[in-house]
Amino acid sequence: MSTINGGGDDAAWVDGNALAGPLGEIMGTDLTVAELTCAGCRTTRPLAAMRVFDRAPGLVARCPGCEAVVLRLVRTADRALVDLRGALLLSLPMPTA
Amino acid sequence: MAVITRGFGGRRRDDTDLPPGQYRTDDFPVLSAGPTPRISLDDWELAVVTETGERSTWSWAEFTALPADEPTVDIHCVTHWSKFGTSWRGVSLDTLLADVETAAEYVVAHSYGGYTTNIPIEDLLDGQAWVAYEFDGEPLVPVHGGPARLLVPHLYFWKSAKWLRTLELRLDDEPGFWETAGYHNYGDPWREQRYRAD
Repeated sequence: MSTINGGGDDAAWVDGNALAGPLGEIMGTDLTVAELTCAGCRTTRPLAAMRVFDRAPGLVARCPGCEAVVLRLVRTADRALVDLRGALLLSLPMPTA
Repeated sequence: MAVITRGFGGRRRDDTDLPPGQYRTDDFPVLSAGPTPRISLDDWELAVVTETGERSTWSWAEFTALPADEPTVDIHCVTHWSKFGTSWRGVSLDTLLADVETAAEYVVAHSYGGYTTNIPIEDLLDGQAWVAYEFDGEPLVPVHGGPARLLVPHLYFWKSAKWLRTLELRLDDEPGFWETAGYHNYGDPWREQRYRAD
């Protein structure tokens, strides 16, 4: 289930699960289980905990702690662009041998 | 003699007024890349900073005492909606930059909240751009960029930075928030310059 901040007079955001579809399509893997470390406050949280502003020209994920932008995703006519400069680390579980 | 008008511009607006790929809306959608900053008018300040570091600032009282225009313009969002005949009140960039000595060719608009966007300075002069603080006769509400936002209606609306704080005048160009993420550096809706390769 997604969290939605209807926000009244504030800009709406949804939780990081909104990234799963678009990022999964690009990266070819399930990222809902990934953890992300914010380059601003260095806090590590599940990707699903990020706040995603999706009523915008692209998807903008922000750290729920310090509000810094941790990820931006833009779909152009023929490309997908992912900016991760706000993420110090993206950590994904891998199957063990 | 009775004069019958047919609305804005003296004729009914139709799809021929739409840039390519746009549809018309009568709503005013709210788009935002982050939380809405709340800036008290006591703390609000607008600054123009030149390439030499020269800084001009206006408090809210000083800014709203400047001569204002009331432009009625069409606006075009890169997410495909256009809104016809929007009415604003704001200070022309010609007025704000009149006494500023600069050789700058580019401007980066900085917003409260951290958003940035870049625009050639020639696109801000000659009656093409304003810092707007009223919409439809009312103070500009925070979700639409209040207390004051940039208004550059001949470019896609992401160039009209909400919550404007500083206009940085530069000799070189520096792409802003969306321009570094795949959107067009200039953003002319009539040439459908949405993405960087357009």
